[in-house]
Amino acid sequence: MNEVIGLAPWLVGFPLIGAAILLLGGRATDRWGHWLGVLASGASMVVAFILMFRMIGTPVEERSVDHHLWTWLSAGDLGVDLGLRLDPLSVTFVMLVTFVGTLIHIYSVAYMDHDPDRRRFFAYLNLFVAAMLVLVLADSYLLLFVGWEGVGLASYLLIGFWDTGRPSARENAVAAKKAFVMNRIGDMGLIAAMALLFAHAGALDFGTVLSDDSVGAMSQATATAVGLCLLLAACGKSAQFPLQAWLGDAMAGPTPVSALIHAATMVTAGVYLMVRSGAILEAAPTAQLVVVLVGAVTLLFGAIVGCAKDDIKKALAASTMSQIGYMMLAAGLGPAGYAFAIFHLLTHGFFKAGLFLGAGSVMHAMGDQTDMRRFGGLSRFLPITWITMGLGWLAILGIPPFSGFWSKDGIIEAAFIPVEGQPWRAWVFGTVAVLGAAITAFYMTRLFFMTFGGRRPRWTENQHPHEGSPLMWWPLVFLGVGSAALGLVLGIGGTFTTWLEPVTGHAEHHEPVLPVPVIITATLVVVVLGALLAFRMYAVNLVPEEAPRGSVLTRAARRDLYQDAANETLVMKPGYGLARVVQVGDRDVVDRGWSVLPQAVSWFGGVFRKAQTGYVRSYAAGMAGGVLVIAVVVWLVVGLGGAQ
Amino acid sequence: MDITNYVVLAAVLFAVGATTVLLRRNAIVVFMGVELMLNATNLAFVTFARMHGDLTGQVLAFFVMVVAAAEVVVGLAIIVTIFRTRRSASVDDVNLLKG
Amino acid sequence: MFPWLTALIAWPLVGAAVVALGALGRSRTGSANAGTGLARPIALVFSLVEVVLLVGAFLAFDTGAAAEHQLAETHAWIPQIGTSYAVAVDGVGLLLVALAVVLVPLVLLAAWNEQGRDEVRLRRFVGLVLLLQAFMVAVFAARDVFLFYVLFEAMLIPAYFLIGGFGQGAGRRQAAVKFLMFSLGGGLIMLAAVIALYFLAVGAGVDPSKAFLLDELVGVNLGTIAERLMFVGFFVAFAIKAPMVPVHSWLPDVAGNATPGTSTLLICVLDKVGTFGMLTLCLPLFPEASRWAAPFVIALAVISVLYGAIMAIMQTDLLRLVGWTSVSHFGFIILGIFTFTPLGTAGSSFMMLNHGLATGALFLVAGFLVARHPERSQRITDYRGLRSVTPVLAGTFLVAGLATLSLPGLATFVSEIMVLIGAFGGAPAGSAAWTVAAIPGVVLAAIYVLLTYQKIFTGAPAEGLEVLPDLKARERIVAAPLVVGLLVLGLVPGLALTYVDAPAQQSATTIAVDEPADAAAQMGSDK
Repeated sequence: MNEVIGLAPWLVGFPLIGAAILLLGGRATDRWGHWLGVLASGASMVVAFILMFRMIGTPVEERSVDHHLWTWLSAGDLGVDLGLRLDPLSVTFVMLVTFVGTLIHIYSVAYMDHDPDRRRFFAYLNLFVAAMLVLVLADSYLLLFVGWEGVGLASYLLIGFWDTGRPSARENAVAAKKAFVMNRIGDMGLIAAMALLFAHAGALDFGTVLSDDSVGAMSQATATAVGLCLLLAACGKSAQFPLQAWLGDAMAGPTPVSALIHAATMVTAGVYLMVRSGAILEAAPTAQLVVVLVGAVTLLFGAIVGCAKDDIKKALAASTMSQIGYMMLAAGLGPAGYAFAIFHLLTHGFFKAGLFLGAGSVMHAMGDQTDMRRFGGLSRFLPITWITMGLGWLAILGIPPFSGFWSKDGIIEAAFIPVEGQPWRAWVFGTVAVLGAAITAFYMTRLFFMTFGGRRPRWTENQHPHEGSPLMWWPLVFLGVGSAALGLVLGIGGTFTTWLEPVTGHAEHHEPVLPVPVIITATLVVVVLGALLAFRMYAVNLVPEEAPRGSVLTRAARRDLYQDAANETLVMKPGYGLARVVQVGDRDVVDRGWSVLPQAVSWFGGVFRKAQTGYVRSYAAGMAGGVLVIAVVVWLVVGLGGAQ
Repeated sequence: MDITNYVVLAAVLFAVGATTVLLRRNAIVVFMGVELMLNATNLAFVTFARMHGDLTGQVLAFFVMVVAAAEVVVGLAIIVTIFRTRRSASVDDVNLLKG
Repeated sequence: MFPWLTALIAWPLVGAAVVALGALGRSRTGSANAGTGLARPIALVFSLVEVVLLVGAFLAFDTGAAAEHQLAETHAWIPQIGTSYAVAVDGVGLLLVALAVVLVPLVLLAAWNEQGRDEVRLRRFVGLVLLLQAFMVAVFAARDVFLFYVLFEAMLIPAYFLIGGFGQGAGRRQAAVKFLMFSLGGGLIMLAAVIALYFLAVGAGVDPSKAFLLDELVGVNLGTIAERLMFVGFFVAFAIKAPMVPVHSWLPDVAGNATPGTSTLLICVLDKVGTFGMLTLCLPLFPEASRWAAPFVIALAVISVLYGAIMAIMQTDLLRLVGWTSVSHFGFIILGIFTFTPLGTAGSSFMMLNHGLATGALFLVAGFLVARHPERSQRITDYRGLRSVTPVLAGTFLVAGLATLSLPGLATFVSEIMVLIGAFGGAPAGSAAWTVAAIPGVVLAAIYVLLTYQKIFTGAPAEGLEVLPDLKARERIVAAPLVVGLLVLGLVPGLALTYVDAPAQQSATTIAVDEPADAAAQMGSDK
């Protein structure tokens, strides 16, 4: 491992240099800038492959390496090095980010072909890849935070990529700001967690903070506080309840961005954070329970919303939220869940990126239409997109042997594992996970058949759908193959679980409350039922072009279960009210309060001014009177002739 | 002769001067009152110098004379200017410094 | 040894004199009144040579002993009352001197075309800037309380004329008077404390001919009550200058009415005297009183953080907004100073530098933006959609804004996180709770920066603004050093931390000397 570790900084270096050249080079790089972006990402991917193969060839106990670059911050009692940590967990992420990232770079060359700002787009994409790699490679919470906010910035820039010149420019800009601000709310948690950890351990690097000594010395209260703070951060980044509202709006960005950032990589960073901080969570059962709760709530929330959305990207976004809910739930289950959380993250990265790129392909073919009610019957016109999205669809449904089956089923089984002292947990969370799978099957089947199925196209006029250039469909093919096969390759015999063991620790085998075959069968049955219901409603029956009014639940789901209204009433309006109070208070109390002083001075001046009559004789009289008064005083005090 | 009489005379002259300044409106007359007060003090200075056998009082008297002369020069010039613009030498007409 | 500090102080004075006399201009053209246009180049050359002098001072400074006051010069000034011309800097002082030296040429360059072509006016403007620079350098180097006080007040003169004489706002005269009144009010209270300090120190046995020297005064026992009263005297003056809620009222008015260049010098450099004074006068001179007041000060600091940020969000005037963000940032600085941890203090010291770079960049870029508007409007709502019109300006504004919201990777992040993490483990009662209360400041910062960016740069370009020139070479030269500095210090903060770490350690250990070791160190040693 050590002989290639020197390459690790280049993982970040290539895309960072790419971004710098593209941003500083300006219009001069317009002609070839996109290829430079692809090259930078590709070079990073090559390094990632080298590192991964070398790691596979290394004995298990030597697979975790810290690579020190330079002393970053050293002041007071705090010393933080700029260092990279390579271990199976970070390398898994690096592979996902660089591989899927490079595919999406290639896809974007074609997708953004007509955009005059394509160079800027690639600069931001490269910036994102670099920041994401910093996030996963960091060897301390502080450096992780750099990547953490770096991806937030890239996400902000890319969601708002079309923030001027288009009719929807303002909304895009608002969506970008919303994403960044909500992420920042989560980031408060990370800052607070770092403050707590520093106060506890006097350091911020994973090696010290997560060591058995440090965690063992941590009080229950501290561990719970740190765990909850980290969870807040994860909720912001991963769009988990209650900080989920930004993800849907983030779909305003170009579709490759949605695929890369808001499906495959960045939004899953919260899960990474949870798994990375597993040692702390395990010391805080309360925090763990909250993590599981958040995951469970979000997975149902996203799934319900996904059933009602007609916008293909928003439906996929809701699905992403829901799937990350699964991962979060798994991350809260302790060592038994970590490996499956990451496994699902990986497979989800492939199939969801494939689904998003497929959606992009559809939009490309349909003139940027996103309303699924205006699709239909596209399988004949977009065969490659149809097949690859079909693979993704089967994968997310969890149909064996497609990849989602291996990872999601693992999570559902883990959710059924009983927790000592809280027998209700296994049943409640297990049921939620199964129910989520059923709803997933419904909304994904709905999405798939509304787009490709149906006997009658519902297109707007003058549509001539056709496949895009090979640059667009080759990435789809790669991702489709991944969606189909990745789970089988990594899942059989627990290869992936073993691979992650140096990081996640060995999970004791526990029996779920139900026998495993029963769980698998039950899950498959409800999934098939959900899918059949959707098939009946959206493939067999006609889909109306205008959305029907729908039930109360449908209407609520269309509006994201009133998340924006809730935020508006609970946070923004009171916040604005408070700000108004402060503003008025500053003007009328503080500022006016200070102006009392000069007013008092000028009032006194006004009083004494009256003595200034302007008449010389009155001044003279004043003087004479003054002399008299002094003379009298002197006389009274000293006495006449007192001098003698 | 009793030297005290000179002091009494100085006091009387000073009082006359001060009264003039306070009561008369005509600037020239006010000015004369001021001169009268100055000369009353001069008289007192000289008297005390004589009384104590110390020349300082006499020296001061000279100072006062010089200052009085300078004052007449400036003061009369001002009065004349005011008279030219206002056609009046009444001190009560000049109250631009009213606060 | 070459008197680097005196040279740094004297050189801008010479420059100001040359500019004021217009001597060079006259000899060239033979006419005193003709506009020679030389005032600006002369001033710029002087300020650039000053940068060279600064490099010399840095080379002469021994970073290994950054906590000690180096490059010292002491000459008797008025021996009868024990005042001296004593200058020396530790690492923190040197960085602030550097800030004053580096920002002046940038401000001169940024304001190149701002004051029209009237030679007399230009001469006055650049002369005042150089004069202000001399005073600012001197005040950061002063090691004599009396000298410090005199400079503290003397700075007001050029600042007053810069605000009142050259701003673009209609209320600039009023703003200048408000600034002067607040500052003089604080200064007056401080003067009383300075005088009291002298007499009490002499009473406590300090040599009367040296009784204003800081090095002599540190560690003198002045009596609890007297110490607390004097602490309050100094602190109020510094809080007004910093500025801290509730004595901040002058700042937004000044920011909204002065030229961006003046605001940069005033808020990014001159105001640092407040926090610098807290760190180098209040804490060492009155350690007991500082501990006594700390819980109250911390509370006010955190209130400033949130108050300033909320007010910034509510502003409609771009430059006032930038002014309010500073109230918020100064709150962080004071929080770090008064929690007495080495990390927090180092963070605050570093933040004084970073805030100067970041807010300076924001003020100057905002100035470039306003200068482009046909009516030089400062109203945020008068702008829209400029990202497509002036992409480089938009990008630079965004970077400056991101620095203001402390984005990781930029220097401001390092200092802010140091303050927060350090302050959390502070010794004074309630440190942890107040620090947690300050954390929402980072969210508010994101709101005020991105909301402003959204309003000005996104959407369809506003009418009349469809064709504006992008940043010119001169303006890029102004912005580039600030942006590069923020990036470099963000990635390699060690460059600056070597200067502030040792003074911070010393300050924090001195102040905590008879307190139990601070919580962080205690916990750290437990493991």
